[in-house]
Amino acid sequence: MSLLEVDDVVMQFGGVTAVNHASFEAEAGHVTGLIGPNGAGKTTCFNIISGLQRPTKGKVHFDGKNVTSVPVHRRSKRGMGRTFQRLEAFGSLSVRENVRVALDIHRGVKGMLKPARADIDHLLERVGIASYADDRADSIPTGTARLLELARCLAGDPQLLLLDEPSSGLDETETDAFGELLRDLAAEGRAILMVEHDMDLVMGVCDTIRVLDFGEVIAVGDPAAIRADKRVQQAYLGYADDGDDDQDDQDDQPVGSHAAGHDDQTLVIPAVSATEGVS
Amino acid sequence: MDKFLAYLIPGIFTGSAYAIAASGLVLTYTTTRVFNIAHGAFGMVMAFLFWDFSQRQGLPVWLSLALVLFVVAPLIGFLIQRFVARGLGDSPVSVSLVVTVGLFVGLIGAATAIWPPEPRFVPPLLSDETGNDKSFGIGETVVTAQQVITVLASIAVAVALYMLLTRTRIGTAMRASVDNPELLKLYGGKPDTVAALSWAIGISLAALAGILLVPVVGLGYFELTLLVINAYAAAMVGRLKSLPLTFAGAMGLGIVDSMALGYIPTESFLADIRPVVPPLFLFAALVLLPQAQLRIGQVKGIVSAPVPTVPRMAVTGVVFLIAMFVVVSPMPEARLLLVGTAATYAMVMLSLVLLTGYGGHVSLAQLTFAGVGALAYAKLDSPNLIGLLLSALIAVGVGALVALPVLRLTGLYLALSTLAFGVLMDKVVFQNERAFGFGGALEAKRMSFFGNTVETTQAYVMVMGVFFVLVAMGILILRRGVLGRLLVAMRDSPAACGTLGLDLRWARVALFGLSAGVAGLAGALFAGLRGTIGAADFQYFNSLPLLLLAVVFGITSVTGATLGGIGLMLLPVLSGSSPVAGGIVFLIIGFGAVFAGRDPNGLANLLFRLGRMLRAKVMARVDLNLPSLPPRRSSFGGATVAVSADEPVDGSAHEIDDTRGDGIPVAAGSKESR
Repeated sequence: MSLLEVDDVVMQFGGVTAVNHASFEAEAGHVTGLIGPNGAGKTTCFNIISGLQRPTKGKVHFDGKNVTSVPVHRRSKRGMGRTFQRLEAFGSLSVRENVRVALDIHRGVKGMLKPARADIDHLLERVGIASYADDRADSIPTGTARLLELARCLAGDPQLLLLDEPSSGLDETETDAFGELLRDLAAEGRAILMVEHDMDLVMGVCDTIRVLDFGEVIAVGDPAAIRADKRVQQAYLGYADDGDDDQDDQDDQPVGSHAAGHDDQTLVIPAVSATEGVS
Repeated sequence: MDKFLAYLIPGIFTGSAYAIAASGLVLTYTTTRVFNIAHGAFGMVMAFLFWDFSQRQGLPVWLSLALVLFVVAPLIGFLIQRFVARGLGDSPVSVSLVVTVGLFVGLIGAATAIWPPEPRFVPPLLSDETGNDKSFGIGETVVTAQQVITVLASIAVAVALYMLLTRTRIGTAMRASVDNPELLKLYGGKPDTVAALSWAIGISLAALAGILLVPVVGLGYFELTLLVINAYAAAMVGRLKSLPLTFAGAMGLGIVDSMALGYIPTESFLADIRPVVPPLFLFAALVLLPQAQLRIGQVKGIVSAPVPTVPRMAVTGVVFLIAMFVVVSPMPEARLLLVGTAATYAMVMLSLVLLTGYGGHVSLAQLTFAGVGALAYAKLDSPNLIGLLLSALIAVGVGALVALPVLRLTGLYLALSTLAFGVLMDKVVFQNERAFGFGGALEAKRMSFFGNTVETTQAYVMVMGVFFVLVAMGILILRRGVLGRLLVAMRDSPAACGTLGLDLRWARVALFGLSAGVAGLAGALFAGLRGTIGAADFQYFNSLPLLLLAVVFGITSVTGATLGGIGLMLLPVLSGSSPVAGGIVFLIIGFGAVFAGRDPNGLANLLFRLGRMLRAKVMARVDLNLPSLPPRRSSFGGATVAVSADEPVDGSAHEIDDTRGDGIPVAAGSKESR
């Protein structure tokens, strides 16, 4: 049985169906990728799993229990942690204080008085942002802030990590290091569910990939299978790879790049897609 | 049946007037996300202007009406959007709400200054030769022309708004702007034009409602202004979005309000709720609102006022008390009472530092909590430390109780629910004879410590000063510690706190309770100072200027609260000479707040900056005149650096280091030894 099971979830905002009978799971020890074009419902799925939004229909099971109506903070106590696509760092606090708050919340009233500095430094080093420890969180670069969110999340020692576009803002070297970190975290027995647009990263670290389009899961499989899946190509690139002639072109173009010149893609503006507007 | 009609018709009339006002409120809120607390105040000023045109200057009624509704009001709406509301919608609610509270206070001030108090008569729009409203009968019920006009006007407004929003290009743009102004911009629309139009219409509607209601409620500064709370209630039924629901809510409220007047017997225990139907309605509408979603998608840091170290706090506190003693010693009794009042206000503002400055929640009922503390202190009748603490605890309980039913609400809605609570407490509890007694003068004794009563006012004021310093230090220490960090984190990103495992709702209840407790303590001390207290000391609308001054002087710092307390105490003193002078003072403060309110650190921040600048300048000169010292790091090693890590963030240290001018690098921690 998987650690996380999303069962036939539907999410409607007025007339818009952001998530349409989506079912998927995330297993302990695995990195699961959740990909799809903008507006496919990925972040909404995360909001439903983490409890920020209640689904119109369907269930979320975590660790064998139905958590669909469990409030956000209790899900966290049960072992869920998440980062945000649009940053949610505590801007007025330093990077170190950000993690400190997470530790304080995790340890509760009794643990608050224990010294935490070593633990915080360890977490910051682990995600590779120790040099920013004393900077205010609203002054650090985006990529660093995403890593800070990860560190903050790890302070709660979660079994399930929901990472929403964690690598955007990171350069290539940083992304490679980040990929390794993800493998390490999975090796510790955590389940990682990651929404990501960097296809090199997704293909490199994920054990399983699930593709969402218009709120539906249209494909499931390991990276190789996903790369070859016609529906995925259709959804992502706007055309299916149907002959040898196109093969070379496709190899040049990463699957995740938003195919230039394709109307469906260029019309989608992240900030105004139905799922983002209401979150 | 006749009785039913007799109450139904006035109900429909007031409902129609509320509907007109509320639809203006909804229109401005939806297009700019600025909730205009001053909506009623605009209606009041416009009604005064209408009086000025039609009565004082003798213009024909139709011309006066046209001038106010179609020229002045839209123009003011346009100007407000351009210079006040623009860009305000994205600010935290503690800023956007305070700015309109500034408008509220400023407009009352302006009205008092321009039209000093005197009896004024505004005839109904259609009057007969004697100046009375034309009327006719339906059965035994008399219907006035004004009532008919109001109902017709509300129908006309509803139809016109419907046509505007659905049948015109600009109306469609308005609806688009509600959903997403940025997207509208991308498609070539102009959200600013749309917003300006909405404000122009909104203020016109406020004016219309004001003018229609004047013959019934009279032309006063407060009556019309506060009547808008009823419009808030109606707007809340429409969830600040839907105009049809807003109209329905207004009509329902008007009728229920009128029926309550007719059918709840004066002797019954329910009689108390007759005057508070609208705030109850508001509270109910708020409680029934759906769960507020946690907003996500921002990294918002606020540059907060510096938090001093504990030793520095202690030294400042002692210096403050000594200075206070020197100032207070030669003062006559009347002055002493003023100082005590300032201390009370300052302490209530400390409660706002905690709630709003650190926590980011707005309370429009902080003075009410002080009233609860005062009432508890007087009723408990044990004028000692235990009585004082019990009074504060009772206020804690009441504060938590207010937050409980509205656990799910945040921001604006939470603030409005505190306003509803303030009105309820004022009208149902404070004004009840069982509370402050007949005529509102309840006796409260001076405190005693271990059997020694603090008899002289001078000593009592010093006791208040000590309490103020202790509470201030408590709040600062809290800010430095675990709880302070949590508060700031909750303010910066509630969503992240939730996903990290913090139960935000209970944290909010605790924060409200604590803040109410501080206000209650202030109220209890105030009761002891004054000897007699009444409902008039804690009127709900005075919480608004209190919040305003707290923000203007800096709601994020103890310094701000201290200055704000003194400022609020001085207001009636400054304006005591004449109502006009008072009006001008309020005008300046109100409109000053409109601009100063955008920086939550307030005027205190200027002081901090000035202090840093002076220190930097003076110290630089001192340093220049000193012979060069060998670099610190070599002599003290790592010790100085270790000390620097515990220092508060203080720009001056670094500035000074750079300005030594002798070219010798100085370790960051060298400040101590200077």
